Amino acid sequence: MVEQKLRATLITGRTIDQGVGKEMGKGSIEYFESSAVCFMDKTDMIQLGIKSGSNVQVSSKYGSVIVKAVKFPSGITPGMVFIPCGLWANAICGDETFGMGMPLFKGFPVEVEAAPKEAVLTLDELLMKEYGR
Amino acid sequence: MTEIKSVVCPICGCLCDDLEVTVENNEIIKMKNGCAQCEAKMVHGYKSEERILKPMIRKDGKLVPVSMDEAVHKAAQILTDAKYPLLFGWSSSTSEAQQVGVELAEELGSALDNCCSVCHGPSVMAEQEIGIPSCTLGQIRHRADLVIYWACDPWASHPRHLERYTSFTEGRFEGSEWKNYMEKLKGAASQKKVALASRRILGSYNPPIHPQTCTVDAPPQAINKNGRKLIVVDVRKTITAEAADYFLQVEPNKDYEILESMRCLVADQELDVDKVGGVPVEYLKEVTDAMVNCDFGVIFFGLGLTQSAGRFRNIEIAIALTRDLNRRTKFVISPMRGHFNVTGANVVFAWQTGYPYALDFSQGYPQYNPGEFTAIDLLRRGDNDATLVISSDPGANFPRGAMQNMMKHPIITINPDMNAISRLGDVVFPTQWCGIECEGTAYRMDLVPIMLHKVVEPPKGILNDEELLRKILEEIRAIKAKNPETENNAELKARNKLAPRIEIKQRKKTKKAEVA
Repeated sequence: MVEQKLRATLITGRTIDQGVGKEMGKGSIEYFESSAVCFMDKTDMIQLGIKSGSNVQVSSKYGSVIVKAVKFPSGITPGMVFIPCGLWANAICGDETFGMGMPLFKGFPVEVEAAPKEAVLTLDELLMKEYGR
Repeated sequence: MTEIKSVVCPICGCLCDDLEVTVENNEIIKMKNGCAQCEAKMVHGYKSEERILKPMIRKDGKLVPVSMDEAVHKAAQILTDAKYPLLFGWSSSTSEAQQVGVELAEELGSALDNCCSVCHGPSVMAEQEIGIPSCTLGQIRHRADLVIYWACDPWASHPRHLERYTSFTEGRFEGSEWKNYMEKLKGAASQKKVALASRRILGSYNPPIHPQTCTVDAPPQAINKNGRKLIVVDVRKTITAEAADYFLQVEPNKDYEILESMRCLVADQELDVDKVGGVPVEYLKEVTDAMVNCDFGVIFFGLGLTQSAGRFRNIEIAIALTRDLNRRTKFVISPMRGHFNVTGANVVFAWQTGYPYALDFSQGYPQYNPGEFTAIDLLRRGDNDATLVISSDPGANFPRGAMQNMMKHPIITINPDMNAISRLGDVVFPTQWCGIECEGTAYRMDLVPIMLHKVVEPPKGILNDEELLRKILEEIRAIKAKNPETENNAELKARNKLAPRIEIKQRKKTKKAEVA
């Protein structure tokens, strides 16, 4: 059965493509293509009725962002989504540190829904939207 | 065309020092031995179109190129006028520049923090609590017969870590596992071919259940092979996990429970539960058996521990497990530090001030308190009224809430290229690429200092981090000498420390009055 919203745990972190992208330059197409993505389990994608490559909206209580859904390259991790660290991931990460200086980057709840009509914003567009510059 | 050997890679904490770079007409045209990230930066990224070649100041909402003197004066004026600036970054700078950074913070009475506060800050806190049994990567390379990567994916973040320091390197006493890994890959490929052929002939095919994944109810594969063993513990099956001899898939935020359970098992205690953090206890027993029975074991831990629930307590318990294991065998633990000189930032700050990060000079002497003087906390509370960002990109890597607060006040950036924070800056300085256009000292993740090389000449008129910071520092001193009445000395700073917050309250009050 196709569901409208998927409740999942978000993990942000490094991927080799994101690493290459950031070294090529933050405005590079490599950085955009490797960072504005959301890795998901195959079963979760079926549940949402989406395919690899379609756009999804990931929302937390701190904000929401449109990214491209991609299937996890390996492993079985239903209920977990992964966004490579970067501007898109940080649009939904919280700045609460619990008195330890470290914000919420891993292991907090998010909701994922299909957003086929929405476009993924580029670095400059997202900076303009979030910070007005 | 010249070939330069033994060049040090200025990207991650591995600081690989065996790169061979070919330079023609003052440009790197090709290189050998580097990883994908290294090649992206040293052959393409450093000379990209995004390179900043002139200092810029934001005028009418747009960044306009200006002279170096004008930009230095503007930056110095912003920092002198500010009551409590924050100096953040430092992880991709040389240690020489970091040293000037401390001098600058002391002069300004500002907050001083490095990128460690959003990566391995909790590890530093845990090390201060409990100590750390560690060693250099050379020791691990030659002696370790059990390597555990906990909550990290070196294949993605430190691509040559396995190849240079652990499983896939030929040590003096331990051999490389590369051949076995290639055999495993060949096996997996032929298995895929069988599956494909069976599907064609039979119409359907059920592949054998992978015995290493805990999410399926299959008996664990015994870790009984000879030679170096590689165990990966993570919340998802990473590429490193695929290369491992044994993979434990744990539930997010459950590392503390698992580490504590392993401590019990090392102490020969029984657990009254079947599963801990999603992992069957018998699997944990397999891993602890391997740990106790090895000759020299090592745990490398990553941001999966420092950024998950528990933060520094996770590291503390991992170090406690290592300490317990040292009663039975030889075991060490080491953090997988990210940027090439984030370890150096900790070292330099610690030898200059006594503290590794989260520093405050508002009282005229250094104070240390993670949670209070860490960049995210300062920004979250809106304490600082100007920010200097050097060699890092909080624009892309800080949560939105913190960045929105940073944007309320002037931002000065010092970066070689137009990254996210340079795009948001008010005064934008260009600088040389450390390790490509200028030399300097950097600390490897195991605290070994390594000299970075200069490979090509920088573009004309661009200073390195150290020279630029010295220029700004001198300008600040000149401004203060001209206007002694506005001098931001430590005493004045102390009095004004709460001023931004009071100002905000006053502004809110006046707004309310206006609305009424």
